[in-house]
Amino acid sequence: MRYRTLCILVLLAAVGAAGACNSRSDVPPVSIIPEGGGAAANAVGATGTATVSGTIMLEGTPPAAEMIRMNSDPVCVKEATNTETEYYVVGDGGGLGNVFVYVKEGLSGSYPVATETVTLDQQGCRYTPHVFGVQVGQTVQITNSDPTLHNIHATPAVNAEFNTGQPIQGMSMERTFDQVEVMVPFKCDVHGWMNAYVGVLDHPYFATTGSDGAFDIGNLPAGSYVIEAWHEILGVQTQNVTIGDGATAEVSFTFAVG
Amino acid sequence: MRWLHYYLKFVAAASLLLIVAGGLVTSTGSGLAVPDWPSTYGTFMFAFPLSKMVGGIFYEHGHRLIASTVGMLTIGLAVWIARIEPRRWVRRLGWVALAAVVVQGLLGGITVLYFLPAPISISHAGLAQVFFVLVVSLTLFTSPGWRAGHVVDGAPGDDVLARLALATPAVIYGQILLGATMRHTGAGLAIPDFPLAFGHLLPPEWNAGIAIHFAHRIGALAVTAMVMATAGHLLFHHRERRDLTRPSLLLAALVLVQVGLGAWTVLSGRQVAVNTAHVAVGAATLATSIVLALRVHRGWFPDAAGDSGRASSADAPSLADGSEIRA
Repeated sequence: MRYRTLCILVLLAAVGAAGACNSRSDVPPVSIIPEGGGAAANAVGATGTATVSGTIMLEGTPPAAEMIRMNSDPVCVKEATNTETEYYVVGDGGGLGNVFVYVKEGLSGSYPVATETVTLDQQGCRYTPHVFGVQVGQTVQITNSDPTLHNIHATPAVNAEFNTGQPIQGMSMERTFDQVEVMVPFKCDVHGWMNAYVGVLDHPYFATTGSDGAFDIGNLPAGSYVIEAWHEILGVQTQNVTIGDGATAEVSFTFAVG
Repeated sequence: MRWLHYYLKFVAAASLLLIVAGGLVTSTGSGLAVPDWPSTYGTFMFAFPLSKMVGGIFYEHGHRLIASTVGMLTIGLAVWIARIEPRRWVRRLGWVALAAVVVQGLLGGITVLYFLPAPISISHAGLAQVFFVLVVSLTLFTSPGWRAGHVVDGAPGDDVLARLALATPAVIYGQILLGATMRHTGAGLAIPDFPLAFGHLLPPEWNAGIAIHFAHRIGALAVTAMVMATAGHLLFHHRERRDLTRPSLLLAALVLVQVGLGAWTVLSGRQVAVNTAHVAVGAATLATSIVLALRVHRGWFPDAAGDSGRASSADAPSLADGSEIRA
């Protein structure tokens, strides 16, 4: 009887410790919007006719894209249309893709949650898109278009972590994020090369660059803002900008590599 | 009893294989490749199709299958011992091994369900070693050499050896826990160079990861010193005791290999095979040190005169030729 009691106590202690210690130490650095810089919850956020646009440029020669060995899953070998790493997506003119650009500070009020659903697809054993943004509370639909198993493992620092399996092609699930967090990483533990990032904001003023490096954030109210550009390898850069109604401010960033 | 001993050898080998499989799970970062537990992607564990064991699932689900097998083997071990083993403390140890493997399985499940919290994962790694040592110890206790009770007092009057033999496994286990902490907090490459640390003897800057990593390196020095001291002491003072010198020399060889693997792990950027071998050799090192400690302190056990009672401490033959010890 004493041994059984001991075993139960050990188990309870283990469960309690697991609940108390559910934290991670290997998540990438995150940028959390300070309270004063985010949208206040007690007033409706203003919109306007100002625009911030620009280009993210890459200076220097980035490491060549590496070929991903997908042979741990024959289905991936068969399905993959892109087997190169996506760390540096550089256009012909030196524009840098997959950069998340957003208004970090300067907005006030709360903005309605976007009603459109953002889709994160697992196709060809890659995440599409690789970098994207959503608003707090906006629905992210995660789908598995591959005829193989994936697990969707979000590893946020602020929001709730989740890890869900999608073993069957065509499976889909919806998730939302409760807290502002730039960025929330996604990974697939089955296929270690699969990763994606979502920026979660409490306003709609963000964009992700394509391979030309260009971005455009419109419908801003006139004001002074801190604009931040985030890249998964190269980190973040910020700039201040003041913009009036109907005007377009050019804000460009240059990341250096090598 | 002989067949039980063979069976225990098999369980010990299976347990080491399980540790290798666990090392592969962490080395490949596959700990959460199967998000649910005890099911596998909603399927009964043993019904999960082999064709679906791809990528990280191969390692994680494979680890679960081997663990389940070891769990069942341990049930057999405990029941078998309970049925035929006359020594009560050995029977109890069999049940302790069974309890350990059950708790170990639960820890494995909890760590998956809670996204690998470091304290649970470290406990899982630490208990794995304890379970392995328990099985190895049971294997030793059921060996013909141990049961014959030839060695009444492993090291009569040699207090230095007695203390070294006890302290060495304790230090090795502490070192293993440090390694597990390093592994499960992502500090394996916190210091990227070897043998120096950022080009210096001491790291020029510190954080938690660097401190854990550096402590593991210092621990390696301490383990190496203790093992070499033990082996040297035995060779100098008890060269005729082959039942003690052999495990001590094996221990010394394992520690040297282990230090080399540790260095290689860093220099290779945690290459999977090297990293996993480092875990496995660590377990073998601990088990060998335990065997040596148990033999040195043979006189402490209730069956020191042999389980048949035919030899007493007064008339037990001395081990002029240690080859009689067959464990």
